[in-house]
Amino acid sequence: MNWLSKQASDTQITHGQRMWLYFLAAVIMFLLVFPTLIVIPMSFSDSQYLEFPPEKWSIRWYEEYWETPRWINATITSLQVAFFTMLLATPIGTMAAYGLFVSGSKLGRYVFFLLMTPMIIPVILIAIGTFYVFGKVGVVNSIPGLVLAHTVLAVPIVMIIMTSALRTYDLNQELVARSLGASRIRAFFSITLPQIKFSIIISALFAFLTSFDEVIISIFLSGGGNSTLTKQMFNALRDYIDPTIAAISTLMIILSTTLMLGAQYLGKQD
Amino acid sequence: MNEKLLKSAERKEQLLLTALTIPALISVTLIIVIPVGWLFSLSFLGKSGDFSLENYQKMIVYKSYFRVFKTTFNVSFLTTIFCILLGYPLAYFLSQVPKKLVGIFMITVLLPFWTSLLVRTYAWLVLLQKKGMINNFAIDMGIWETPIKLAHNLNGTLVGMIHIMLPFMVLPLYAAMQRIDRQTMQAASNLGASPIQAFWQIFVPLSLPGVAAGSLIVFILCLGFYVTPAVLGGGKVIMVSMQITAILEDQFNWGAASALGVVLLVTTFIFLLLASRFLKLDSIMFGKH
Repeated sequence: MNWLSKQASDTQITHGQRMWLYFLAAVIMFLLVFPTLIVIPMSFSDSQYLEFPPEKWSIRWYEEYWETPRWINATITSLQVAFFTMLLATPIGTMAAYGLFVSGSKLGRYVFFLLMTPMIIPVILIAIGTFYVFGKVGVVNSIPGLVLAHTVLAVPIVMIIMTSALRTYDLNQELVARSLGASRIRAFFSITLPQIKFSIIISALFAFLTSFDEVIISIFLSGGGNSTLTKQMFNALRDYIDPTIAAISTLMIILSTTLMLGAQYLGKQD
Repeated sequence: MNEKLLKSAERKEQLLLTALTIPALISVTLIIVIPVGWLFSLSFLGKSGDFSLENYQKMIVYKSYFRVFKTTFNVSFLTTIFCILLGYPLAYFLSQVPKKLVGIFMITVLLPFWTSLLVRTYAWLVLLQKKGMINNFAIDMGIWETPIKLAHNLNGTLVGMIHIMLPFMVLPLYAAMQRIDRQTMQAASNLGASPIQAFWQIFVPLSLPGVAAGSLIVFILCLGFYVTPAVLGGGKVIMVSMQITAILEDQFNWGAASALGVVLLVTTFIFLLLASRFLKLDSIMFGKH
Protein backbone atom coordinates (compact mmCIF):
# COMPACT_ATOMS: atom_id res chain seq x y z
CA MET A 1 0.00 0.00 0.00
CA ASN A 2 3.07 2.18 0.17
CA TRP A 3 2.90 3.05 -3.53
CA LEU A 4 -0.76 4.12 -3.22
CA SER A 5 0.04 6.90 -0.78
CA LYS A 6 3.09 8.06 -2.70
CA GLN A 7 3.02 11.39 -4.48
CA ALA A 8 2.08 10.80 -8.12
CA SER A 9 2.76 14.12 -9.80
CA ASP A 10 4.03 17.64 -9.28
CA THR A 11 0.91 18.41 -7.30
CA GLN A 12 0.34 16.57 -4.05
CA ILE A 13 -2.02 13.99 -5.48
CA THR A 14 -1.25 10.37 -4.55
CA HIS A 15 -1.43 7.25 -6.67
CA GLY A 16 -4.32 6.08 -4.49
CA GLN A 17 -6.37 9.17 -5.37
CA ARG A 18 -5.53 8.59 -9.00
CA MET A 19 -6.72 4.99 -9.27
CA TRP A 20 -9.75 6.13 -11.27
CA LEU A 21 -7.47 7.67 -13.89
CA TYR A 22 -5.41 4.50 -14.20
CA PHE A 23 -8.58 2.44 -14.44
CA LEU A 24 -10.13 4.72 -17.07
CA ALA A 25 -6.92 4.76 -19.14
CA ALA A 26 -6.72 0.95 -18.93
CA VAL A 27 -10.31 0.63 -20.21
CA ILE A 28 -9.62 3.00 -23.13
CA MET A 29 -6.38 1.24 -24.04
CA PHE A 30 -8.24 -2.07 -23.92
CA LEU A 31 -10.93 -0.70 -26.25
CA LEU A 32 -8.22 0.49 -28.65
CA VAL A 33 -6.41 -2.81 -28.92
CA PHE A 34 -9.09 -5.43 -28.29
CA PRO A 35 -11.20 -5.14 -31.47
CA THR A 36 -8.11 -5.51 -33.64
CA LEU A 37 -6.56 -8.41 -31.77
CA ILE A 38 -9.78 -10.39 -31.24
CA VAL A 39 -9.89 -11.06 -34.99
CA ILE A 40 -6.84 -13.31 -34.66
CA PRO A 41 -8.40 -16.08 -32.47
CA MET A 42 -11.72 -15.65 -34.28
CA SER A 43 -10.10 -16.46 -37.60
CA PHE A 44 -9.39 -19.96 -36.25
CA SER A 45 -13.07 -20.59 -35.53
CA ASP A 46 -14.83 -23.35 -37.43
CA SER A 47 -18.15 -21.48 -37.56
CA GLN A 48 -19.59 -19.07 -40.13
CA TYR A 49 -20.27 -16.58 -37.34
CA LEU A 50 -16.71 -16.51 -36.03
CA GLU A 51 -17.80 -16.89 -32.44
CA PHE A 52 -15.40 -16.28 -29.59
CA PRO A 53 -14.08 -18.32 -27.94
CA PRO A 54 -14.38 -20.74 -30.89
CA GLU A 55 -16.27 -23.91 -30.08
CA LYS A 56 -14.21 -25.77 -32.61
CA TRP A 57 -10.84 -24.60 -33.81
CA SER A 58 -9.88 -24.99 -37.45
CA ILE A 59 -7.79 -23.48 -40.21
CA ARG A 60 -10.53 -23.78 -42.82
CA TRP A 61 -10.66 -20.03 -43.52
CA TYR A 62 -6.92 -19.99 -44.18
CA GLU A 63 -7.35 -22.93 -46.55
CA GLU A 64 -10.22 -21.10 -48.22
CA TYR A 65 -7.97 -18.08 -48.72
CA TRP A 66 -5.08 -20.13 -50.01
CA GLU A 67 -7.22 -22.09 -52.46
CA THR A 68 -9.16 -19.18 -53.96
CA PRO A 69 -7.28 -17.74 -56.96
CA ARG A 70 -9.21 -14.46 -56.59
CA TRP A 71 -7.65 -13.84 -53.16
CA ILE A 72 -4.18 -15.01 -54.09
CA ASN A 73 -4.07 -12.92 -57.27
CA ALA A 74 -5.24 -9.87 -55.36
CA THR A 75 -2.56 -10.44 -52.73
CA ILE A 76 0.13 -10.64 -55.40
CA THR A 77 -1.15 -7.43 -57.02
CA SER A 78 -1.17 -5.60 -53.67
CA LEU A 79 2.35 -6.76 -52.85
CA GLN A 80 3.59 -5.65 -56.27
CA VAL A 81 1.94 -2.23 -56.05
CA ALA A 82 3.21 -1.71 -52.49
CA PHE A 83 6.73 -2.76 -53.47
CA PHE A 84 6.96 -0.39 -56.43
CA THR A 85 5.35 2.40 -54.40
CA MET A 86 8.05 1.91 -51.79
CA LEU A 87 10.78 2.01 -54.45
CA LEU A 88 9.42 5.27 -55.87
CA ALA A 89 8.20 7.12 -52.79
CA THR A 90 11.30 6.60 -50.64
CA PRO A 91 13.86 8.32 -52.91
CA ILE A 92 11.36 10.95 -54.14
CA GLY A 93 10.34 11.85 -50.59
CA THR A 94 13.88 11.75 -49.22
CA MET A 95 15.19 13.97 -52.01
CA ALA A 96 12.40 16.49 -51.50
CA ALA A 97 12.84 16.51 -47.72
CA TYR A 98 16.60 16.97 -48.03
CA GLY A 99 16.32 19.72 -50.63
CA LEU A 100 13.72 21.68 -48.69
CA PHE A 101 15.45 21.22 -45.34
CA VAL A 102 18.92 22.24 -46.48
CA SER A 103 17.90 25.16 -48.69
CA GLY A 104 15.45 26.55 -46.10
CA SER A 105 14.16 29.02 -48.70
CA LYS A 106 10.89 30.88 -48.34
CA LEU A 107 9.45 29.29 -51.45
CA GLY A 108 10.25 25.97 -49.84
CA ARG A 109 7.46 26.35 -47.30
CA TYR A 110 4.87 26.56 -50.06
CA VAL A 111 6.39 23.60 -51.85
CA PHE A 112 6.31 21.66 -48.58
CA PHE A 113 2.65 22.54 -48.09
CA LEU A 114 1.80 21.50 -51.65
CA LEU A 115 3.55 18.17 -51.17
CA MET A 116 1.63 17.59 -47.91
CA THR A 117 -1.82 18.11 -49.50
CA PRO A 118 -2.32 14.39 -50.30
CA MET A 119 -2.60 13.83 -46.54
CA ILE A 120 -5.48 16.29 -46.20
CA ILE A 121 -7.46 16.26 -49.45
CA PRO A 122 -10.40 13.84 -49.17
CA VAL A 123 -9.12 10.70 -50.88
CA ILE A 124 -12.34 10.29 -52.84
CA LEU A 125 -11.37 13.37 -54.88
CA ILE A 126 -7.98 11.91 -55.76
CA ALA A 127 -9.70 8.63 -56.58
CA ILE A 128 -12.35 9.94 -58.98
CA GLY A 129 -10.04 12.63 -60.38
CA THR A 130 -7.31 10.17 -61.33
CA PHE A 131 -9.96 7.71 -62.52
CA TYR A 132 -11.25 10.37 -64.92
CA VAL A 133 -7.84 11.53 -66.15
CA PHE A 134 -6.38 8.00 -66.38
CA GLY A 135 -9.51 6.98 -68.29
CA LYS A 136 -8.74 9.63 -70.90
CA VAL A 137 -5.13 8.45 -71.19
CA GLY A 138 -6.13 4.77 -71.02
CA VAL A 139 -4.17 3.63 -67.95
CA VAL A 140 -7.10 2.60 -65.74
CA ASN A 141 -6.80 -0.92 -64.27
CA SER A 142 -3.05 -0.83 -64.77
CA ILE A 143 -0.46 -1.29 -62.05
CA PRO A 144 1.71 1.74 -63.00
CA GLY A 145 -1.19 4.16 -62.59
CA LEU A 146 -2.04 2.82 -59.15
CA VAL A 147 1.63 2.87 -58.11
CA LEU A 148 1.92 6.52 -59.08
CA ALA A 149 -1.21 7.45 -57.10
CA HIS A 150 -0.03 5.53 -54.04
CA THR A 151 3.40 7.13 -54.35
CA VAL A 152 1.83 10.57 -53.99
CA LEU A 153 0.06 9.39 -50.82
CA ALA A 154 3.28 7.94 -49.39
CA VAL A 155 5.64 10.84 -50.21
CA PRO A 156 4.35 13.12 -47.40
CA ILE A 157 4.89 10.34 -44.85
CA VAL A 158 8.44 9.76 -46.09
CA MET A 159 9.05 13.51 -45.98
CA ILE A 160 7.83 13.85 -42.40
CA ILE A 161 10.03 10.99 -41.20
CA MET A 162 13.07 12.23 -43.14
CA THR A 163 12.65 15.88 -42.08
CA SER A 164 12.61 14.91 -38.43
CA ALA A 165 15.65 12.68 -39.02
CA LEU A 166 17.54 15.56 -40.65
CA ARG A 167 16.61 17.80 -37.75
CA THR A 168 18.50 15.63 -35.29
CA TYR A 169 21.46 15.24 -37.65
CA ASP A 170 24.27 17.79 -37.68
CA LEU A 171 24.55 19.06 -41.26
CA ASN A 172 27.89 20.73 -40.49
CA GLN A 173 29.52 17.34 -40.96
CA GLU A 174 28.66 17.60 -44.62
CA LEU A 175 30.21 21.07 -44.76
CA VAL A 176 33.39 19.72 -43.25
CA ALA A 177 33.56 16.98 -45.87
CA ARG A 178 33.03 19.53 -48.61
CA SER A 179 35.63 21.93 -47.25
CA LEU A 180 38.03 18.99 -47.41
CA GLY A 181 37.30 18.69 -51.10
CA ALA A 182 34.39 16.28 -51.40
CA SER A 183 31.64 17.18 -53.85
CA ARG A 184 28.16 17.82 -52.52
CA ILE A 185 26.91 14.49 -53.85
CA ARG A 186 29.90 12.59 -52.49
CA ALA A 187 29.48 14.30 -49.11
CA PHE A 188 25.84 13.25 -49.00
CA PHE A 189 26.45 9.64 -49.93
CA SER A 190 29.49 9.04 -47.76
CA ILE A 191 28.72 11.22 -44.72
CA THR A 192 24.99 11.94 -44.43
CA LEU A 193 23.44 8.81 -45.90
CA PRO A 194 25.09 6.30 -43.53
CA GLN A 195 23.81 8.31 -40.58
CA ILE A 196 20.20 8.57 -41.70
CA LYS A 197 19.95 5.12 -43.27
CA PHE A 198 17.68 3.71 -40.57
CA SER A 199 15.22 6.56 -41.03
CA ILE A 200 15.24 5.82 -44.76
CA ILE A 201 14.42 2.17 -44.11
CA ILE A 202 11.65 3.21 -41.69
CA SER A 203 10.10 5.55 -44.24
CA ALA A 204 10.33 2.77 -46.85
CA LEU A 205 8.41 0.43 -44.53
CA PHE A 206 5.71 3.04 -43.97
CA ALA A 207 5.49 3.77 -47.70
CA PHE A 208 4.95 0.05 -48.30
CA LEU A 209 2.25 -0.16 -45.66
CA THR A 210 0.51 3.00 -46.89
CA SER A 211 0.09 1.46 -50.32
CA PHE A 212 -0.77 -2.04 -49.10
CA ASP A 213 -3.59 -0.79 -46.84
CA GLU A 214 -5.02 1.84 -49.20
CA VAL A 215 -8.66 1.21 -50.15
CA ILE A 216 -10.46 4.05 -51.93
CA ILE A 217 -8.05 4.80 -54.80
CA SER A 218 -7.62 1.05 -55.30
CA ILE A 219 -11.39 0.64 -55.65
CA PHE A 220 -11.38 3.07 -58.57
CA LEU A 221 -8.02 2.48 -60.22
CA SER A 222 -7.64 -1.27 -59.94
CA GLY A 223 -9.92 -3.82 -61.51
CA GLY A 224 -10.24 -7.04 -63.43
CA GLY A 225 -7.15 -9.18 -63.01
CA ASN A 226 -5.35 -6.31 -61.31
CA SER A 227 -7.73 -5.85 -58.35
CA THR A 228 -5.92 -5.22 -55.09
CA LEU A 229 -6.54 -7.18 -51.90
CA THR A 230 -8.27 -4.23 -50.23
CA LYS A 231 -10.61 -3.81 -53.20
CA GLN A 232 -11.59 -7.49 -53.09
CA MET A 233 -12.07 -7.31 -49.31
CA PHE A 234 -14.22 -4.18 -49.55
CA ASN A 235 -16.43 -5.76 -52.21
CA ALA A 236 -16.80 -8.93 -50.14
CA LEU A 237 -17.67 -6.93 -46.99
CA ARG A 238 -20.56 -5.17 -48.65
CA ASP A 239 -22.34 -8.43 -49.46
CA TYR A 240 -22.04 -10.53 -46.30
CA ILE A 241 -19.56 -11.25 -43.54
CA ASP A 242 -17.16 -13.60 -45.28
CA PRO A 243 -15.15 -15.42 -42.58
CA THR A 244 -12.25 -15.78 -45.03
CA ILE A 245 -11.64 -12.07 -44.44
CA ALA A 246 -10.88 -12.83 -40.79
CA ALA A 247 -8.00 -15.01 -41.94
CA ILE A 248 -6.80 -12.31 -44.38
CA SER A 249 -7.18 -9.67 -41.67
CA THR A 250 -5.02 -11.72 -39.32
CA LEU A 251 -2.30 -11.93 -41.96
CA MET A 252 -2.53 -8.16 -42.51
CA ILE A 253 -2.33 -7.47 -38.76
CA ILE A 254 0.78 -9.66 -38.57
CA LEU A 255 2.29 -7.79 -41.52
CA SER A 256 1.63 -4.30 -40.15
CA THR A 257 2.66 -5.20 -36.61
CA THR A 258 5.92 -6.72 -37.83
CA LEU A 259 6.69 -3.66 -39.95
CA MET A 260 5.79 -1.29 -37.11
CA LEU A 261 7.86 -3.11 -34.50
CA GLY A 262 10.71 -3.32 -37.01
CA ALA A 263 10.47 0.43 -37.54
CA GLN A 264 10.41 1.05 -33.81
CA TYR A 265 13.50 -1.11 -33.33
CA LEU A 266 15.32 0.67 -36.15
CA GLY A 267 14.28 4.04 -34.75
CA LYS A 268 16.34 3.31 -31.67
CA GLN A 269 19.42 2.56 -33.80
CA ASP A 270 19.69 5.89 -35.57
CA MET B 1 34.87 39.68 -58.19
CA ASN B 2 35.16 37.01 -55.56
CA GLU B 3 31.92 38.15 -53.99
CA LYS B 4 30.16 37.82 -57.30
CA LEU B 5 31.46 34.32 -57.74
CA LEU B 6 30.34 33.33 -54.27
CA LYS B 7 26.90 34.73 -54.87
CA SER B 8 26.47 32.90 -58.14
CA ALA B 9 27.71 29.70 -56.50
CA GLU B 10 25.17 30.15 -53.75
CA ARG B 11 22.39 30.71 -56.25
CA LYS B 12 23.47 27.62 -58.15
CA GLU B 13 23.35 25.63 -54.97
CA GLN B 14 19.86 26.90 -54.12
CA LEU B 15 18.72 25.87 -57.60
CA LEU B 16 20.26 22.45 -57.19
CA LEU B 17 18.55 21.91 -53.85
CA THR B 18 15.22 23.06 -55.21
CA ALA B 19 15.69 20.72 -58.16
CA LEU B 20 15.61 17.82 -55.71
CA THR B 21 11.90 18.45 -55.18
CA ILE B 22 11.10 18.19 -58.89
CA PRO B 23 10.18 14.48 -58.96
CA ALA B 24 7.84 15.00 -56.00
CA LEU B 25 6.30 18.05 -57.65
CA ILE B 26 5.76 16.22 -60.94
CA SER B 27 3.97 13.34 -59.23
CA VAL B 28 1.78 15.67 -57.18
CA THR B 29 0.91 17.56 -60.36
CA LEU B 30 -0.06 14.35 -62.15
CA ILE B 31 -2.08 12.86 -59.29
CA ILE B 32 -3.50 15.88 -57.45
CA VAL B 33 -3.28 19.15 -59.37
CA ILE B 34 -4.42 18.00 -62.82
CA PRO B 35 -7.14 15.53 -61.72
CA VAL B 36 -8.62 17.79 -59.03
CA GLY B 37 -8.36 20.79 -61.35
CA TRP B 38 -10.17 18.80 -64.00
CA LEU B 39 -12.96 17.92 -61.58
CA PHE B 40 -13.18 21.59 -60.68
CA SER B 41 -13.80 22.56 -64.32
CA LEU B 42 -16.20 19.63 -64.83
CA SER B 43 -18.30 20.89 -61.93
CA PHE B 44 -19.05 24.08 -63.88
CA LEU B 45 -20.24 22.28 -66.99
CA GLY B 46 -23.97 21.77 -67.43
CA LYS B 47 -25.75 18.95 -69.25
CA SER B 48 -25.37 20.85 -72.53
CA GLY B 49 -21.60 21.07 -72.08
CA ASP B 50 -21.54 24.85 -71.59
CA PHE B 51 -20.59 26.81 -68.51
CA SER B 52 -23.36 26.64 -65.94
CA LEU B 53 -23.95 26.61 -62.23
CA GLU B 54 -26.69 23.97 -62.41
CA ASN B 55 -24.63 21.38 -60.52
CA TYR B 56 -24.32 23.74 -57.58
CA GLN B 57 -27.92 24.95 -57.81
CA LYS B 58 -29.06 21.33 -57.55
CA MET B 59 -27.35 21.06 -54.20
CA ILE B 60 -29.42 23.88 -52.82
CA VAL B 61 -32.71 22.77 -54.39
CA TYR B 62 -32.69 19.03 -53.68
CA LYS B 63 -33.30 17.93 -50.11
CA SER B 64 -31.27 14.75 -50.59
CA TYR B 65 -28.03 16.77 -50.81
CA PHE B 66 -28.89 18.65 -47.65
CA ARG B 67 -29.44 15.35 -45.86
CA VAL B 68 -26.04 14.06 -46.96
CA PHE B 69 -24.28 17.18 -45.69
CA LYS B 70 -26.21 17.04 -42.45
CA THR B 71 -25.25 13.39 -41.93
CA THR B 72 -21.61 14.12 -42.73
CA PHE B 73 -21.39 17.00 -40.25
CA ASN B 74 -23.34 15.09 -37.66
CA VAL B 75 -21.16 11.99 -37.83
CA SER B 76 -17.94 14.04 -37.92
CA PHE B 77 -19.04 16.18 -34.99
CA LEU B 78 -20.11 13.27 -32.79
CA THR B 79 -16.94 11.34 -33.60
CA THR B 80 -14.84 14.37 -32.62
CA ILE B 81 -16.69 14.84 -29.34
CA PHE B 82 -16.29 11.18 -28.34
CA CYS B 83 -12.64 11.25 -29.36
CA ILE B 84 -12.09 14.20 -27.00
CA LEU B 85 -13.91 12.45 -24.17
CA LEU B 86 -11.90 9.24 -24.59
CA GLY B 87 -8.66 10.77 -25.85
CA TYR B 88 -8.15 13.39 -23.16
CA PRO B 89 -7.97 11.03 -20.18
CA LEU B 90 -5.72 8.64 -22.10
CA ALA B 91 -3.35 11.42 -23.26
CA TYR B 92 -3.32 12.82 -19.72
CA PHE B 93 -2.48 9.40 -18.34
CA LEU B 94 0.36 9.02 -20.88
CA SER B 95 1.72 12.45 -19.98
CA GLN B 96 1.85 11.52 -16.29
CA VAL B 97 3.39 8.07 -16.61
CA PRO B 98 7.18 7.74 -16.02
CA LYS B 99 9.12 8.20 -19.30
CA LYS B 100 10.32 4.59 -19.30
CA LEU B 101 6.78 3.20 -19.38
CA VAL B 102 5.32 5.56 -22.00
CA GLY B 103 6.70 3.47 -24.85
CA ILE B 104 4.86 0.37 -23.69
CA PHE B 105 1.51 2.13 -23.25
CA MET B 106 2.04 4.03 -26.50
CA ILE B 107 1.95 0.71 -28.39
CA THR B 108 -1.77 0.49 -27.60
CA VAL B 109 -2.22 3.74 -29.53
CA LEU B 110 0.21 3.00 -32.36
CA LEU B 111 -0.86 -0.59 -33.02
CA PRO B 112 -4.38 0.37 -34.13
CA PHE B 113 -2.95 3.51 -35.81
CA TRP B 114 -0.92 1.36 -38.19
CA THR B 115 -3.47 -1.44 -38.61
CA SER B 116 -5.44 -1.31 -41.84
CA LEU B 117 -8.62 0.72 -41.57
CA LEU B 118 -10.44 -1.98 -43.50
CA VAL B 119 -9.35 -4.65 -41.04
CA ARG B 120 -10.55 -2.61 -38.07
CA THR B 121 -13.87 -1.87 -39.75
CA TYR B 122 -14.26 -5.58 -40.44
CA ALA B 123 -13.41 -6.40 -36.82
CA TRP B 124 -16.26 -4.17 -35.63
CA LEU B 125 -18.62 -5.71 -38.17
CA VAL B 126 -17.84 -9.14 -36.73
CA LEU B 127 -18.13 -7.97 -33.11
CA LEU B 128 -21.39 -6.08 -33.67
CA GLN B 129 -23.24 -8.63 -35.84
CA LYS B 130 -26.42 -10.28 -34.55
CA LYS B 131 -24.70 -13.49 -33.55
CA GLY B 132 -21.54 -11.58 -32.70
CA MET B 133 -19.56 -11.46 -29.52
CA ILE B 134 -21.14 -8.35 -28.02
CA ASN B 135 -24.70 -9.63 -28.48
CA ASN B 136 -23.74 -13.05 -27.09
CA PHE B 137 -22.00 -11.48 -24.11
CA ALA B 138 -24.90 -9.14 -23.32
CA ILE B 139 -27.44 -11.99 -23.54
CA ASP B 140 -25.32 -14.26 -21.34
CA MET B 141 -25.01 -11.49 -18.77
CA GLY B 142 -28.72 -10.75 -18.98
CA ILE B 143 -28.26 -7.16 -20.14
CA TRP B 144 -30.68 -7.71 -23.00
CA GLU B 145 -32.67 -10.76 -24.05
CA THR B 146 -32.76 -11.02 -27.83
CA PRO B 147 -29.98 -10.09 -30.26
CA ILE B 148 -29.98 -6.37 -31.07
CA LYS B 149 -28.98 -4.93 -34.43
CA LEU B 150 -25.77 -3.15 -33.50
CA ALA B 151 -24.13 -2.80 -36.92
CA HIS B 152 -25.60 -1.47 -40.17
CA ASN B 153 -26.81 1.77 -38.58
CA LEU B 154 -25.57 5.11 -37.26
CA ASN B 155 -24.36 3.74 -33.93
CA GLY B 156 -22.28 1.05 -35.56
CA THR B 157 -20.72 3.64 -37.88
CA LEU B 158 -19.90 5.91 -34.94
CA VAL B 159 -18.30 3.12 -32.93
CA GLY B 160 -16.07 2.19 -35.86
CA MET B 161 -15.12 5.77 -36.66
CA ILE B 162 -14.35 6.71 -33.06
CA HIS B 163 -12.10 3.67 -32.78
CA ILE B 164 -10.29 4.60 -35.99
CA MET B 165 -9.91 8.32 -35.20
CA LEU B 166 -8.94 8.04 -31.52
CA PRO B 167 -5.16 7.78 -32.16
CA PHE B 168 -5.37 10.96 -34.28
CA MET B 169 -6.70 12.72 -31.18
CA VAL B 170 -4.39 11.14 -28.63
CA LEU B 171 -1.12 11.84 -30.46
CA PRO B 172 -1.44 15.67 -30.81
CA LEU B 173 -2.99 15.88 -27.33
CA TYR B 174 -0.10 13.97 -25.83
CA ALA B 175 2.39 16.17 -27.70
CA ALA B 176 0.71 19.32 -26.37
CA MET B 177 0.62 17.97 -22.81
CA GLN B 178 4.28 17.03 -23.03
CA ARG B 179 5.13 20.65 -23.75
CA ILE B 180 3.38 21.95 -20.64
CA ASP B 181 6.01 23.13 -18.18
CA ARG B 182 5.83 20.86 -15.15
CA GLN B 183 6.91 23.69 -12.90
CA THR B 184 3.64 25.53 -13.47
CA MET B 185 1.83 22.68 -11.74
CA GLN B 186 4.37 22.67 -8.93
CA ALA B 187 4.01 26.40 -8.53
CA ALA B 188 0.23 26.10 -8.37
CA SER B 189 0.58 23.44 -5.73
CA ASN B 190 3.08 25.49 -3.73
CA LEU B 191 0.72 28.44 -3.81
CA GLY B 192 -1.92 26.31 -2.18
CA ALA B 193 -4.00 24.95 -5.08
CA SER B 194 -5.47 21.51 -4.52
CA PRO B 195 -4.55 18.91 -7.19
CA ILE B 196 -8.03 19.26 -8.70
CA GLN B 197 -7.80 23.06 -8.79
CA ALA B 198 -4.34 22.91 -10.33
CA PHE B 199 -5.60 20.48 -12.96
CA TRP B 200 -8.65 22.52 -13.99
CA GLN B 201 -7.15 25.98 -13.70
CA ILE B 202 -3.62 25.38 -14.98
CA PHE B 203 -3.29 22.11 -16.85
CA VAL B 204 -6.55 22.08 -18.84
CA PRO B 205 -6.26 25.66 -20.17
CA LEU B 206 -2.64 25.03 -21.19
CA SER B 207 -3.66 21.86 -23.03
CA LEU B 208 -6.51 23.51 -24.97
CA PRO B 209 -4.42 24.25 -28.10
CA GLY B 210 -3.76 20.51 -28.25
CA VAL B 211 -7.48 19.81 -27.94
CA ALA B 212 -8.18 22.28 -30.74
CA ALA B 213 -5.50 20.82 -33.00
CA GLY B 214 -6.59 17.23 -32.36
CA SER B 215 -10.28 18.04 -32.82
CA LEU B 216 -9.71 19.81 -36.11
CA ILE B 217 -7.55 16.97 -37.44
CA VAL B 218 -10.19 14.40 -36.44
CA PHE B 219 -13.06 16.50 -37.81
CA ILE B 220 -11.31 17.17 -41.15
CA LEU B 221 -10.42 13.52 -41.66
CA CYS B 222 -13.98 12.45 -40.73
CA LEU B 223 -15.49 14.69 -43.42
CA GLY B 224 -13.90 12.57 -46.14
CA PHE B 225 -14.69 9.16 -44.63
CA TYR B 226 -15.89 6.49 -47.01
CA VAL B 227 -15.06 2.89 -46.08
CA THR B 228 -16.31 2.73 -42.49
CA PRO B 229 -19.77 4.29 -43.05
CA ALA B 230 -20.16 2.25 -46.24
CA VAL B 231 -19.50 -1.01 -44.40
CA LEU B 232 -20.92 -0.33 -40.92
CA GLY B 233 -23.73 2.04 -41.95
CA GLY B 234 -25.68 -0.55 -43.92
CA GLY B 235 -26.86 2.06 -46.44
CA LYS B 236 -28.43 4.22 -43.72
CA VAL B 237 -25.49 6.54 -43.18
CA ILE B 238 -24.70 8.31 -46.46
CA MET B 239 -21.72 10.64 -46.21
CA VAL B 240 -20.50 13.02 -48.95
CA SER B 241 -17.80 10.66 -50.27
CA MET B 242 -20.36 7.87 -50.64
CA GLN B 243 -22.84 10.18 -52.36
CA ILE B 244 -20.14 11.14 -54.88
CA THR B 245 -19.57 7.47 -55.72
CA ALA B 246 -23.31 6.82 -55.87
CA ILE B 247 -23.85 9.64 -58.37
CA LEU B 248 -21.10 8.24 -60.57
CA GLU B 249 -22.34 4.66 -60.32
CA ASP B 250 -26.05 5.34 -60.78
CA GLN B 251 -26.17 8.35 -63.08
CA PHE B 252 -22.66 8.57 -64.47
CA ASN B 253 -23.04 12.31 -63.88
CA TRP B 254 -19.50 13.68 -63.65
CA GLY B 255 -20.63 17.29 -63.29
CA ALA B 256 -22.78 16.63 -60.24
CA ALA B 257 -20.19 14.35 -58.63
CA SER B 258 -17.42 16.89 -59.21
CA ALA B 259 -19.47 19.74 -57.77
CA LEU B 260 -20.07 17.72 -54.63
CA GLY B 261 -16.36 16.96 -54.49
CA VAL B 262 -15.48 20.65 -54.83
CA VAL B 263 -17.81 21.54 -51.95
CA LEU B 264 -16.21 18.83 -49.82
CA LEU B 265 -12.74 20.12 -50.70
CA VAL B 266 -13.60 23.74 -49.95
CA THR B 267 -15.17 22.77 -46.62
CA THR B 268 -12.05 20.80 -45.75
CA PHE B 269 -9.80 23.76 -46.56
CA ILE B 270 -11.89 26.15 -44.47
CA PHE B 271 -11.42 23.93 -41.44
CA LEU B 272 -7.76 23.50 -42.32
CA LEU B 273 -7.27 27.28 -42.27
CA LEU B 274 -8.87 27.30 -38.84
CA ALA B 275 -6.55 24.49 -37.80
CA SER B 276 -3.45 26.30 -39.01
CA ARG B 277 -4.40 29.28 -36.86
CA PHE B 278 -4.68 27.05 -33.81
CA LEU B 279 -1.48 25.23 -34.64
CA LYS B 280 0.34 28.55 -34.93
CA LEU B 281 -1.17 29.61 -31.63
CA ASP B 282 0.20 26.37 -30.29
CA SER B 283 3.78 27.12 -31.31
CA ILE B 284 3.57 30.73 -30.12
CA MET B 285 2.46 29.62 -26.70
CA PHE B 286 5.04 26.93 -26.24
CA GLY B 287 8.01 28.20 -28.19
CA LYS B 288 9.55 26.51 -31.18
CA HIS B 289 9.41 22.76 -31.33
